[in-house]
Amino acid sequence: MTSRDEILSKARAALSRNTGDPVPPPPAVLLREGPTEHLVEQFTAALEALAGNVVVVKTCEEAQVAVDKALNGRTFIRSTGTRDAIAQVEVGITSADYALADTGSLVMFTESNESRLLSLLPPCHIAVIERSKIVACLDDVFRLRPLPGARSSAMVVITGPSRTADIEMRLVRGVHGPGEIHVIIIDDVTRSP
Amino acid sequence: MKTPDVTAALGDKKLQLAIYSATARLGERRRETITSDHEELRQYAHDIKKHTLDHLDFYLEQLERNVEARGGKVIWAKDGAEACAFIQNLARKRGVKVIVKSKSMTTEEIHLNEHLEEVGIEAVETDLGEYILQLGGEKPFHIIAPALHKTKEDVSDIFEKHLHSKRETSPEGLTKIARVALREKFLEAGMGITGANFLVADSGAIVLVENEGNARLSSSAPKIHVAVSGIEKVIPRAQDLGVFLKLLARSATGQPLSVYTSFLAGAKREGEPDGPEEFYLVLLDNGRTRLLADESKRQSLYCIRCGACLNHCPVYRKIGGYNYPWVYSGPIGKILTPQFMGIEHDPWLPFASSLCGACGEVCPVKIEIPRILLELRSDKVANDPDRAELWSFKVWAWVMRHPKFYARLAPLALSAAPPVGPVKKWLSQRDLPVPPAKSFRDLWKERSK
Repeated sequence: MTSRDEILSKARAALSRNTGDPVPPPPAVLLREGPTEHLVEQFTAALEALAGNVVVVKTCEEAQVAVDKALNGRTFIRSTGTRDAIAQVEVGITSADYALADTGSLVMFTESNESRLLSLLPPCHIAVIERSKIVACLDDVFRLRPLPGARSSAMVVITGPSRTADIEMRLVRGVHGPGEIHVIIIDDVTRSP
Repeated sequence: MKTPDVTAALGDKKLQLAIYSATARLGERRRETITSDHEELRQYAHDIKKHTLDHLDFYLEQLERNVEARGGKVIWAKDGAEACAFIQNLARKRGVKVIVKSKSMTTEEIHLNEHLEEVGIEAVETDLGEYILQLGGEKPFHIIAPALHKTKEDVSDIFEKHLHSKRETSPEGLTKIARVALREKFLEAGMGITGANFLVADSGAIVLVENEGNARLSSSAPKIHVAVSGIEKVIPRAQDLGVFLKLLARSATGQPLSVYTSFLAGAKREGEPDGPEEFYLVLLDNGRTRLLADESKRQSLYCIRCGACLNHCPVYRKIGGYNYPWVYSGPIGKILTPQFMGIEHDPWLPFASSLCGACGEVCPVKIEIPRILLELRSDKVANDPDRAELWSFKVWAWVMRHPKFYARLAPLALSAAPPVGPVKKWLSQRDLPVPPAKSFRDLWKERSK
């Protein structure tokens, strides 16, 4: 008997079940609706409370100016690059698939050709998103994408800068991931950034 | 019953302050973040866990199918030895010399690091707290805050000794030293090992919840990602995470959401820029199917390892994490250890509780820890009755049924209880109340006159 069969048969014996016994449906899903007004304001307040920076601009040109200002002359990679290249730069610039108003989070799916490491290895992360990407809360993402793994190997939810409190419960930012995070929200998109 | 000697922990003022302030802070933050619908969320989480564990075979098979449909591989391990052997062999076959690990109580449970060291593989803990403890040769003190008993000076000593760094006693500076040292390991490692906070059956995915980014790095930077998880971590649907992620972040650290939540479904797919090339999920039994068979205690397996019961436990908050016999400490450890190891292993454990009920009240998945503690006490008595105790209760019951005897014996017993034998032992941990000058019976007599 393989370990697989042994574990499964032990589980069935423990539960007095037989192979192929029917399973009733699980309890109905509980997903909340968040407030849908003032999403930009909510998002800004939530991320700033975590020491993130938010800039709201009108056009793509203004977004470019905001990115340059946040970059402040530092080296960067935009969208994607090799692991070793990403490990060398100071800033990673990405987009995001969703942003969550109530927690100030960014949600990124790997199917959008965004690298997993670009928002992780450099000490600073800049995300440029359109206003329309902001939803009320994480539950909205699970409603819109009931199977997040269907087309992506990874969905990552990023809520503020990387942090730790492992030494004397003192908050320190930027332990393994970026300690600095900027989100630039484009209010009126005339063309993609 | 041999109980651990906790006098050292109780007498250590620095340690007492560290435990007290850390757990108080975590508790406060939890209270600040829980919402008015908290009870409804807890009940939902409890119901989902109950449903999944009551049909565990079904959900494990569904999980396996979906992991393999996404190109991942599922390895079933009856015990720690099988899990460790699989990882050792895989590492050897792929020529892996360095492994980065993110915090996982399950790998602590099976002593994975020791097994990897034996075959000459360097396994580096990358959670800051775990890294400090690994360098210092210690074990996690708390499920969520593993190094809460270490001061910044202690950490500096450890870094100076093992990393040859300069004296640095600011948490910021110490964190930077660790970041630089560990970054090298992340880029050098041939394999990353993580645990899993949840296994999602309908998606064939694992979920990792963290604040530092080391779990993201461990699961994304090396070519091979191995996740090790107990079979009880499975939940039916990705949509159930809406509730579980809120409960976990609020109960563990008092955050609305943890900094990073990774939902990982297999290895890197075609067209994706990065991610591991191979993904393995090790499903560990190691006694869990035995716990499953006990219907009234089955809910011990609902635990999502948030640590809230530790932070609210008057016993944990005095004796700390090192006076429990197994990796799981605090109230949850008190109910898991006797069930995994057998009640005869540490029969005193379920008795080391005031039964105040705080653990059950804060548990985000509503495990009735106090009730299970009582059941384990009764298991202990059934398994190994204490004659002296049985007789004393018999005598006590007889005296209580005979008021005349009681009236004469009670004042005598209180004033002159001889501190010898079992009484002495009993009194070594407890104070008897000072008998009042006049007993209730005396007062009653005076009133009735």
